[in-house]
Amino acid sequence: MAQITLSKLAHSYAANPTAESDYALKEMDHVWQDGGAYALLGSSGCGKTTLLNIISGLVRPSHGRVLFGELDVTDQETAARNIAQVFQFPVVYETMTVRENLSFPLRNRGMDAGYIATRVNQIAQMIGMESVLNRKARGLTADAKQKISLGRGMVREDVNAILFDEPLTVIDPHMKWELRTQLKQLHREFGHTMIYVTHDQTEALTFADKVVVMYDGRVVQMGTPEELFETPDHTFVGYFIGSPGMNLLDATVSGTTAHLQGAEIALGAGYGPIKGRTQIGIRPEYCSLTDGAGLPVTIRQVEDVGRHRIIRADLFGQAFNIIAPEGMGISPDMTRVAFAPGKINVYADDWRVSGQVVGGVAA
Amino acid sequence: MEKTQNNKAWFLVLPVLVIVAFSAVIPLMTVVNYSMNDTFGENEFFWNGLGWFEEMITSDRMHDALGRQVLFSAIILAIEVPLGIFIALNMPKKGFWASFCLVLMALPLLIPFNVVGTIWQIFGRVDIGLLGHGLAAMGIDYNYTNDPLDAWITIIVMDVWHWTSLVALLCYAGLQSIPQAYYQAARIDQASRWSVFRFIELPKMAGVLLIAVLLRFMDSFMIYTEPFVVTGGGPGNSTTFLSIDLVKMAVGQFDLGPAAAFSIMYFLVILLVSWVFYTVMTNLDKEEGK
Repeated sequence: MAQITLSKLAHSYAANPTAESDYALKEMDHVWQDGGAYALLGSSGCGKTTLLNIISGLVRPSHGRVLFGELDVTDQETAARNIAQVFQFPVVYETMTVRENLSFPLRNRGMDAGYIATRVNQIAQMIGMESVLNRKARGLTADAKQKISLGRGMVREDVNAILFDEPLTVIDPHMKWELRTQLKQLHREFGHTMIYVTHDQTEALTFADKVVVMYDGRVVQMGTPEELFETPDHTFVGYFIGSPGMNLLDATVSGTTAHLQGAEIALGAGYGPIKGRTQIGIRPEYCSLTDGAGLPVTIRQVEDVGRHRIIRADLFGQAFNIIAPEGMGISPDMTRVAFAPGKINVYADDWRVSGQVVGGVAA
Repeated sequence: MEKTQNNKAWFLVLPVLVIVAFSAVIPLMTVVNYSMNDTFGENEFFWNGLGWFEEMITSDRMHDALGRQVLFSAIILAIEVPLGIFIALNMPKKGFWASFCLVLMALPLLIPFNVVGTIWQIFGRVDIGLLGHGLAAMGIDYNYTNDPLDAWITIIVMDVWHWTSLVALLCYAGLQSIPQAYYQAARIDQASRWSVFRFIELPKMAGVLLIAVLLRFMDSFMIYTEPFVVTGGGPGNSTTFLSIDLVKMAVGQFDLGPAAAFSIMYFLVILLVSWVFYTVMTNLDKEEGK
């Protein structure tokens, strides 16, 4: 087990990358703490899998270094790195039995037979496949096969990290929840560093202590679920995390006030001059529909999603979402929206600008 | 939903029935007819029952030809299947060289059988052939027209040259269908090269390999043109395989009755062996699935 450091890491699949768009991964410097549970979140094609494969050694990065602890492993083979990885689609050795599949990584490393037997039984119990241990893997269903893949990923105790590449895509929803809980439990028990790639925010937020959001080959934010929710560093994080995502409005900011189509909005903090395209972002959870003071909105639609209602509205011609808590009445004369002070983030060219809170604490 | 029953639909099958009748059933029945009768031409037939079959089944000549045939098929399967797999494993997976190799591999398959025979017939000649003359110049005593072993070697090398590509191309297609994740998982699991072959590549190739083995068995068991052109079945009878013998009997000696009985048995042997091959290999598959 070791801390994983990515130093000036970048990767391009092209032989001679010139433009920035040639890079599947833009240059990054990150440290992944030993024993952390990380989720790597982002939409398809943002470089998540590339980053994962670089960490596991399946892909050699074209630029930069990968360090495990103090050791530079950039040029080391996958096997030498001692990493386990579970892939998106089930990979099982079809002519082997379930038992042989689970013990394969241990046998390849020349482990003691008695140890292998006990360890395989443990894992089989964990993934709920003790009863089919002696069956050939070939005839099993896709989710059973994926459970074998997961089991094979977890069977080695001494791994530096376990990487999961959207492992639950083919598993049915009930089983998904159960397996995720087991992974979480396993993490608590053994303290392996786990990196879990997904494009499903619920999966990411429930699994991980720290969520790493990627966008267009870049890590745009690495933080706790709460940080991602409250202070998204990039408009993509605001948009991607949360349902619906953050409301983003073009505005001009001066001091502690944002100007929006002539209207003024009080910000929780003071800002200096901002360069580039300026936007303010506020979560639908921090907006409230009111008949009192606020900005005028036109309500287009109200969606009841059970726990709360989502109000789809227009604010100065831009789509705007508001979340109304359960039990709140909505009447026709509620045509204004009020913002919770201090919950507004300011973005310049999609990146968050931090301001000075009037009380002196950074927002 | 109710299905409409219309028996007139059977008429749509008629063209197929007619084609199959004229291309397979009627010619086969003619052979059956010859096998049960004796004839001296002029469309005069004398009933002989199972006489020809009895004669053929006890004939040393047929036994010898069958023995040679089985040996030949066994040898070329034993060479072409592993060699084809080996070539497929080592072919480039993509890019210019992949296409280049594919074209190169396909070339022998495109050459007509009698041309293949002629190529090797000339290639192996001691007086003018590159191979024959070259070997002679190196002091190796090689002459496929005198020495049965040389004749066998020539024919087997020729068949390997002609048909290994087929096995290789089929295996290559099987290999190409293996997702990259399998190889990656194997690297993570620290699998050896042999394990990768044994547990990933071979199982994924099993389907196409079955077809390759079946095709190569049937084709080699029926081989006629190439050895006929190269050795004409000689020296002596040493390369007289079943179909060469059959043609000698039917066309050379004009023994139509025995030849017909012979060819029916020949047909049944191929059918039987192919069926056994197929059932054994598909059953293996099923049992593993349980």
